Amino acid sequence: MNAAQLPTLVPLLPEFVLGLGAMALLMFGAFRGESGARSVDIAAIALLAIAGATLLWLPSGRLTTFGGSFVVDDFARYLKILALAGSAAAILMSLDYVKRERQQRFEYSVLVLLSTLGMLMLISASDLIALYLGLELMSLPLYVVAASHRNVLRSTEAGLKYFVLGALSSGMLLYGASLIYGFTGTVNFAGIAQAAGQGGVGLIFGIVFLFAGFCFKISAVPFHMWTPDVYEGAPTPITAFFAAAPKVAGIAIFVRVAVVAFPGITSQWQQILVFVSIASMGLGAFAAIGQRNIKRLMAYSSIGHMGFALIGLAAGTAEGVQGVLVYIAIYVTMTLGVFAVILSMRRSTGMVESIDQLAGLSRTHPATAFFLAMLLFSMAGVPPLAGFFAKFYVFLAAIKAGLYILAVIGVLASVVGAYYYLAIIKVMYFDEPVESFYAMPYELRLVLGVCGLFNILFFLYPGPLVGVASAAAHSLF
Amino acid sequence: MTSWPILSVVTFLPLAGALFIAFLNEDEAGVRNARWVAMWTTLITFAISLILIWRYDPSTADFQFLEKRPWLGGAITYTMGVDGISLPFVVLTTALMPISILASWTSIQRRVREYMIAFLVLETLMVGTFCALDLVLFYLFFEGGLIPMFLIIGVWGGPRRVYASFKFFLYTLLGSVLMLLAIMAMYWQAGTTDIPTLLHHPFPLALQTWAWFAFLASFAVKMPMWPVHTWLPDAHVEAPTAGSVILAAILLKMGGYGFLRFSLPMFPEATHHLAPLIFALSVVAIIYTSLVALVQEDMKKLIAYSSVAHMGFVTMGIFALTAQGVAGGIFQMISHGIVSAALFLCVGIVYDRMHTREIAAYGGLVNRMPVYAVVFLVFTLANIGLPGTSGFVGEFLTLIGTFRINTWVAALATIGTILSTAYALWLYRKVVLGKLTKPSLFHIRDMGWREIAILAPLVILTILFGVYPKPVLDISSASVTQLIDNYQHALGTVQSAALSK
Repeated sequence: MNAAQLPTLVPLLPEFVLGLGAMALLMFGAFRGESGARSVDIAAIALLAIAGATLLWLPSGRLTTFGGSFVVDDFARYLKILALAGSAAAILMSLDYVKRERQQRFEYSVLVLLSTLGMLMLISASDLIALYLGLELMSLPLYVVAASHRNVLRSTEAGLKYFVLGALSSGMLLYGASLIYGFTGTVNFAGIAQAAGQGGVGLIFGIVFLFAGFCFKISAVPFHMWTPDVYEGAPTPITAFFAAAPKVAGIAIFVRVAVVAFPGITSQWQQILVFVSIASMGLGAFAAIGQRNIKRLMAYSSIGHMGFALIGLAAGTAEGVQGVLVYIAIYVTMTLGVFAVILSMRRSTGMVESIDQLAGLSRTHPATAFFLAMLLFSMAGVPPLAGFFAKFYVFLAAIKAGLYILAVIGVLASVVGAYYYLAIIKVMYFDEPVESFYAMPYELRLVLGVCGLFNILFFLYPGPLVGVASAAAHSLF
Repeated sequence: MTSWPILSVVTFLPLAGALFIAFLNEDEAGVRNARWVAMWTTLITFAISLILIWRYDPSTADFQFLEKRPWLGGAITYTMGVDGISLPFVVLTTALMPISILASWTSIQRRVREYMIAFLVLETLMVGTFCALDLVLFYLFFEGGLIPMFLIIGVWGGPRRVYASFKFFLYTLLGSVLMLLAIMAMYWQAGTTDIPTLLHHPFPLALQTWAWFAFLASFAVKMPMWPVHTWLPDAHVEAPTAGSVILAAILLKMGGYGFLRFSLPMFPEATHHLAPLIFALSVVAIIYTSLVALVQEDMKKLIAYSSVAHMGFVTMGIFALTAQGVAGGIFQMISHGIVSAALFLCVGIVYDRMHTREIAAYGGLVNRMPVYAVVFLVFTLANIGLPGTSGFVGEFLTLIGTFRINTWVAALATIGTILSTAYALWLYRKVVLGKLTKPSLFHIRDMGWREIAILAPLVILTILFGVYPKPVLDISSASVTQLIDNYQHALGTVQSAALSK
């Protein structure tokens, strides 16, 4: 092999950092055993930070390698930073949990790192092969960590369920990919865009299968069934991880495939997205009302949020993608903040997950209750909190694209959704206090504080995030 | 133009006070300080808003004290400004806040700091709603007010507070989200959300009609108009006294303000076509809710239903689109802001003593509470619209304005004034007049100095505006004239275009 054939590896630097670092940590953990688990966790967070710094250090503009199958553009940068931050926060939030539950295993952080590596690959994937590699590298560690409480029935059930359904969805995705390859003769997104022309039945079949796979990953209706069980069964810090970073990667590839590979036939895949979006918003709003377990509720809430985010993609325009990007960033902060509170719901009897246990939180832990209330109002989309702007941008795009029915159903679903967020606030503020929780660990306070303040103060200076998202969106068009 | 951003100061000063309270201790001293900080913050805000009136130039209809800063990027900016339509509401808000704080001085004993914070945040959002000159900014303030009000009703409210607060929140949110979509459609159509620009933007008729209905959904709920008024009695009954005051006096006015600021000038054709619908709803509201008020057993509920009826006069006057009707609508809103606030305070005074709002639990209060009887009488008469009180001016102007456009509507609305006499006097007779027979009332105290201090300014304003309404009418007249002119002009353009075809 001579030097001329070796592809440039510069765009892959963050991935190298993460991959090599994860392997090194794996070795370290294997030799040190459980006593090294905490060091591995800390090192993993540092590694994610270094990967993020490397990513920002890369030359600006659009970088490609491996014959165009790996691309780093503003879109990828934006979402990679988000995924790295989500993973880092998830590890940070698990520190106290694993210590108290005596679940300190170094494999956990290493698996999260490897999964994050898969996300980065997925976000940058620019052909179907790279897409599949990234997706599987992201998913396999997720199956394992979901079952990481291996002595607990719920957790193993969650892991198994997730794995079986995940394998099914991978199969569908692969089948869709093969159909698309068969009808276009290429796996490269740009090539597909050229070959797709006016579409055709075979290609549409391929798109449907491919999109079904994506919908599974971001837990959009009708491929959402695994979500509540996995959210409830998996250990809580893992649920926090599931709820944030993999969603970012899933949305990223969904957007990239739809916009880059099939720009000429927007009107054809738009219908699919409109349906998925409406179904997700509706189910997320109505099914959450009856939930008493806060993790299950968050599962339905995330289904609904994915529906809202997909509104932007359904618009199929740069504004729409910008809306998706703003939405997903704000979604990550809201979710992580709420999970920081869920992780702090601990009494002498252990962790509790029922919403009723939050009763009177505004008296026993006023600051926590305030931040959680603001995050929930934000999730409900009430101005002036960040969640309002998230919805604002996707609806703005939908209106411009003429998707009026979708927009009207969307805002109505947001009103229904507001009900169950209010129900939690009611428990915290209107009900009489029950026994208070243990004091919140510092790292959870940090996550909650950062996420809460971001959501409260976003309206003061929304320019930067919106501007970056706009640039990222335009890099796809 | 002013050298300092006076509107932003008026808007955000209460928020600064709220932040300050948030850092106070939770002990006895912290609670006392919280009350005083809230009091002084609202008083200073009121004083600054008086500077607004003093510096305001009533001869022009242009927006004054303009502030403009980039915000969301593109054409969505942070723009603040007031004209003759919004200024009275700004001052009404800032004036009623110290009164509300004072009214909560002793009746709120639980979680005082949080209560004061919620009220101050609410003041920021209310003032902001009236000052915002950008649609998205307006929406932000308009909707943001839901959060503190939800908490005020839910945390410090009566026994059915959970139901009432949820109903309030979800009803209002449901109406508003549709308006948000209309705002977006207008943004793409006109390319901006700057209100002064949009006031003169000719929207196509189809968009006008849809957007008009979307805005109606929001403002009709807020106002509230029949048949979407049912959240109001619940919210009023359960809210603490000061919450009811703010709800009746200011939050309801956002609906009327919205009609004046958006529906009329931005969608003139749709308004022209759909005004009969508003007339019908207004007449139903005036007569039906007056009848409902007649059978109430709860004092607050009765006043709440009377509010719905009075707001019917406002919508009727506004959509008559005559100078008298619109000016009357504005005046009626200001007057109702004062009178309904005072009536809720009057109920609060006896509620603080007896802890019941049932009309049947009272009777013959005049024997023990002469001062209270006089004050209550003034506001009862103002509520009826007796000449010499501010209530009369507003109702009279709206009726004149409507009479020129639609005699039947005005005639039916007049029946409502008779009904309002019936329920208001009936309430007064049952509660205040008669013999003091109920043993529980034998030792009831008359109004204390604090309570007199709360109600005295309202008595003065009610009578002053009743005999000398000029100050309010003068401030708004230029803007009202321009509103009507623009409306006629827009309609004329459309009609001549249709004729030339």
